[in-house]
Amino acid sequence: MAGSGTAHLRPLDETLLRVEDLVVEFPLGGGRVVHAVSGISFDIAKGETIGLVGESGCGKSTTGRAILQLPKPTSGAVVLNGQNLAGIGNERMREMRTDVQMIFQDPISSLNPRRAVGEVVAEPLHVWGPAEKDAQWEKVAKMLDAVGIDPDVARYKFPHEFSGGQCQRISIARALVLEPELIICDEPVSALDVSVQAQILNLLEDLKAEYGLTLVFIAHDLAVVKNISDRVAVMYLGKMCEISESDELYAHPAHPYTQLLLESLPIPDPEVELDTSVSEHDELPSPINPPSGCRFRTRCPHADQMCTDVEPTMRRINDDHFVACHHPLVPVAEVSVSTP
Amino acid sequence: MTAPTAAKHALEVTDLRTHFAVPAGDVKAVDGVSFTLDRGKTLGVVGESGSGKTVLSRSVMGLNVAGNAKTTGSVLYEGKELVGMKPKEMKNLWGTEMAMVFQDPMTSLNPVVKVGRQLTEHVRAHMGVSKTQARDMGVELLRSVRIPEADERFDVYPHEMSGGMRQRVCIAMALACSPEMLFADEPTTALDVTVQHQILNLLNTQQRDRNMAMILVTHDLGVVAGRADEIAVMYAGKVVEKAPTKTLFQEMHHPYSQALLWSIPKTSQPKHTRLSAIAGRPPDLINPPAGCSFSPRCPYARPICHEEEPVLISGVGDDHTYACHHPVGSPAGDEAFAKNLEEGLPQTLVAAGRIRATEDLPTDREG
Repeated sequence: MAGSGTAHLRPLDETLLRVEDLVVEFPLGGGRVVHAVSGISFDIAKGETIGLVGESGCGKSTTGRAILQLPKPTSGAVVLNGQNLAGIGNERMREMRTDVQMIFQDPISSLNPRRAVGEVVAEPLHVWGPAEKDAQWEKVAKMLDAVGIDPDVARYKFPHEFSGGQCQRISIARALVLEPELIICDEPVSALDVSVQAQILNLLEDLKAEYGLTLVFIAHDLAVVKNISDRVAVMYLGKMCEISESDELYAHPAHPYTQLLLESLPIPDPEVELDTSVSEHDELPSPINPPSGCRFRTRCPHADQMCTDVEPTMRRINDDHFVACHHPLVPVAEVSVSTP
Repeated sequence: MTAPTAAKHALEVTDLRTHFAVPAGDVKAVDGVSFTLDRGKTLGVVGESGSGKTVLSRSVMGLNVAGNAKTTGSVLYEGKELVGMKPKEMKNLWGTEMAMVFQDPMTSLNPVVKVGRQLTEHVRAHMGVSKTQARDMGVELLRSVRIPEADERFDVYPHEMSGGMRQRVCIAMALACSPEMLFADEPTTALDVTVQHQILNLLNTQQRDRNMAMILVTHDLGVVAGRADEIAVMYAGKVVEKAPTKTLFQEMHHPYSQALLWSIPKTSQPKHTRLSAIAGRPPDLINPPAGCSFSPRCPYARPICHEEEPVLISGVGDDHTYACHHPVGSPAGDEAFAKNLEEGLPQTLVAAGRIRATEDLPTDREG
């Protein structure tokens, strides 16, 4: 897919965040450019979790970071609470960042090894207040408790004294301490063991209910994403393939790429028949020189001339299921409604 | 020691232990593992990090060469005892008899040597073929692992290939001298799901075509579900349950195997399905808990579990073994669970969905 288009966006006043036609490019020198994200649009309603999935190199992490303007996107709008973050100055952006926090993939390296846990979690409060130490600690203790870490035990301990799962809990406490509206979780469980992964996923669901959080959940594991997300967006090589309510997406994938991902997923059930063919076409094309038309066409079994010439745009399949494909696997409800 | 006569199994491992001496004591990474493996069969070894699955495969191959590692027990390969064999003798087995595919294709290739030379290095050492013959063999190998334009790819450096391609090269390298036995240690953990699927299929095809015995080590029950003939679940250096794949998934008897399966999110479940997390965290391998090593986290644990270590017993079929005092699905298990629930044991409350799982349990050792 190489899909662009904004047919799947909801009215602005119903959403907390809208990302519209986001483009992020990294110059390589010699006029060459890495097209990391090329025209992604999606939106999130308050209290919703959106999952971004795709293989490495599809631009899902870059998208997450571009929401925070780290780095500033090349073009496109990121509208948070009706305000376009792309246009505001650095000082305003600094203030806006208290509303959007991030949780990173590697829990151990995302905590400063030389600072005690109590300090790490209190750091955002040093900047934004309250200034009194006691009031700070009260907030920190409440957050640590909420994520299942004993505040009095953890206060003067250092990150290396905790396991990976506990470090991830501490990172979550740090992200929550400013009471943000939106949290961007960039592969928060991929470095963890499955038993700990389940603990963290359950914790995120609990915290979401308790604090009314909105999450952008970035991951490569489709089963994890389905578990936590209300809507899922599938990305490929900087473009969006398909976006849908999660149960619908997994039951009726419309994009050949989504289907490929689902078929590749190892299922913990020996009764499931495996497709055991071995193909040569598992190579991701270079984002420096992406294919014309639909970017997935080099790996797509249904690709034809139209896919080379014309880039597909988002089309509606039903209520909340949109696909950018010329030959979707599920019939499309309306004939192209998208605007470029 | 058994005399090297006609061996019943390709590989027979008995009471294998590998301990690493560190200042704090002995890390009992593998602690009494026994299994057998036949030609053409795949054994899946499943466990979380620190369960000893990687050390197990390295111990069988004799790759724990660090000075502080001590391996005891017996590994009979085609009737030959490998434990205690000199590295010089082992060298003749590596590559030609047994080979390994490692987890990280990015670091297991030498970045400054072209893949072709790395691929044919041991072909030339073991088989005494000329450079041109080795090249032909190498290109053929690259083709057999489905690398497109194998002839050109022979002369590139590892960084010019993607992760999946590099893992294919590693597989080609492991297969170069037609080994009888292949160890795949988390061969797809570093790869994307579509590439993982391809690599696993490739391993399966090659194994079938060459009638190799394979040990597939992974943390993902999904990876072994459709691909292994038998699965061994490891926890704290021990095999806690072992059974033919279908039997294991149909009737898991060890609480850990079951908890492991239940904690995996599945696409067949509706969104926001509550996952059954395992309370607590993996044990300290220097001072493992007394009795059953899973007892501090186990919802079925009764006082006996903290005192007496369960031994592997057979289930309905002889080939299904598990080590548990209160197996899941048995009257003893049901009774233990009900009693624990009544007494309010934290991990049982977690398993019953009454409280939230954390890594700190009252019975859990700190550190």
